[in-house]
Amino acid sequence: MRRMSWFNVTALTLGFAFLYIPILILIIYSFNESKLVTVWAGFSVKWYGELFQNQAFLNAAWVTLKVGVLSSTAATVLGTMAAYVMVRGGRFFGRTLFSGMIYAPLVMPEVITGLSLLLLFIAVGMDRGVMTIVLAHTTFSMCYVSVVVSSRLVSFDQSLEEAALDLGCTPFDAFKSVTLPIIAPAVISGWLLAFTLSLDDLVIASFAAGPSSTTLPIKIYSAVRLGVSPEINALSTIMIGIVAFGVITASLVSKRNIARLKREEKLAVQ
Amino acid sequence: MNIRRLFLISIPYLWLLALFLVPFLIVMKISLSDLAIAIPPYTPTLSLSDGWQGIKGFWAALDIENYIFLTEDNLYWKAYLSSFKIALVSTALTLLVGYPIAYGMANASPEWRPTLMMLVILPFWTSFLIRVYAWMGILSKQGFLNQFLLWSGIIDDPLVILNTNTAVYIGIVYTYVPFMILPIYATLEKMDASLIEAAIDLGCSRLKAFWLVTIPLSKSGIIAGCFLVFIPALGEFVIPSLLGGSRTLMIGKVLWEEFFSNRDWPVASAVAVILLLLLVIPIILFQRNEQKQREAEQ
Repeated sequence: MRRMSWFNVTALTLGFAFLYIPILILIIYSFNESKLVTVWAGFSVKWYGELFQNQAFLNAAWVTLKVGVLSSTAATVLGTMAAYVMVRGGRFFGRTLFSGMIYAPLVMPEVITGLSLLLLFIAVGMDRGVMTIVLAHTTFSMCYVSVVVSSRLVSFDQSLEEAALDLGCTPFDAFKSVTLPIIAPAVISGWLLAFTLSLDDLVIASFAAGPSSTTLPIKIYSAVRLGVSPEINALSTIMIGIVAFGVITASLVSKRNIARLKREEKLAVQ
Repeated sequence: MNIRRLFLISIPYLWLLALFLVPFLIVMKISLSDLAIAIPPYTPTLSLSDGWQGIKGFWAALDIENYIFLTEDNLYWKAYLSSFKIALVSTALTLLVGYPIAYGMANASPEWRPTLMMLVILPFWTSFLIRVYAWMGILSKQGFLNQFLLWSGIIDDPLVILNTNTAVYIGIVYTYVPFMILPIYATLEKMDASLIEAAIDLGCSRLKAFWLVTIPLSKSGIIAGCFLVFIPALGEFVIPSLLGGSRTLMIGKVLWEEFFSNRDWPVASAVAVILLLLLVIPIILFQRNEQKQREAEQ
């Protein structure tokens, strides 16, 4: 029954063409000689050269990277703690409010999150800059991390932790040597998710950034509003390349790990 | 309650209180304040140094003037309605585009499915802004779509698509279609293929079997996908601002302009509060759907 009918093949071909042709066009035309993005005038990598001379873009890229690493690391720590509290914390005062605050940012429109954080920073008299963007990104991405980590925590056997405690581990040791290795894949993908969310974010960063701290999306947005430009195509191609490389490597590694686990299980059974 | 547990709970808790709940209360408060030419540009500001009198005066100065202003000015009504319409239409379009892809994936051979799955997720990891930008070059007057249509002789004059609502629909469908595909695929993949065979044996045509068996069985995926597209589309800012025209009204864009261009913080805050109230209903419906599904699985 599960054979590929002509309908399925057409649906998949058209569907993936729709998903990938825009990106392919963008990549191809980043190697265009002409300043006009939509007219092909021969192969050239000159826009990549110009991109690396553009100090404003390089500065923005540096700020974005700094914000991404700091905020996703903080978000991973806080999000893992939050997930642990949600799944293993038992009852405590204000638990409903806590889970509400974890899930609400996932559906909150970015304009509202950005506006409310900016108003907070102003109310407490904080100067806007790298620090405020990091705080803003940590807050919304820790919620994503905690969702990813808690789904892993729910599915694993709590008796392993209890066994470690019975055998004389302190709760922290049990967490470090039993729980953490088991949830590590979820923690890592949580970190990656938080990192890409931070690299990608325009709206919240625009509210939280000061005049001196521009991130790459803010820079791209202000350039793109004036129309398409080959430099932006080149920059986009680099960013797409990095992400594609990362995602494909990660999936290959996890495939190999799964294969190894299966092999070991087989050996254990024999 | 030992110290360690208290510590573990209180750190994320306090963080969220300080950076999620308190900011939102500030938005509520400013939405009830008056515009002022000052830094920050609203009044009253709470100063605890005046003691009780200061707090009393602060409360007395709050009013719902901004909300009344929002109901009186046509712009806001239109913006809310038009965001609602754009979100609704593009959700329906996303379903039309996403369902066949999910269906094709679920019927593909099992060794292909992980690859197809990764191909759906991969665009989701690449920058949202870049994916929206990619369409600017395609839809513009000298863009690739017009070049192609002129070349193939389908049209004689270039179409104006960029900076219209059509471009916004295309942008939303393109960027949100993975959110539609994944939940539908998840329900279709679990479906028992023998049910379709049974329907056909009992005299259904293929199309009728699809309509009477497949669609109802994938209902929870369809509902989840629709909410996952509709909720973010309603408050969308980047897509209407880059692909839409000056006449595209969406509430996210209005809020942005009210804040950054008009610098009217109290009105921007009131717009935010109302947008959130509009979102509460679909969010509650969404969670109910999720819960029902979880119960059905158990």
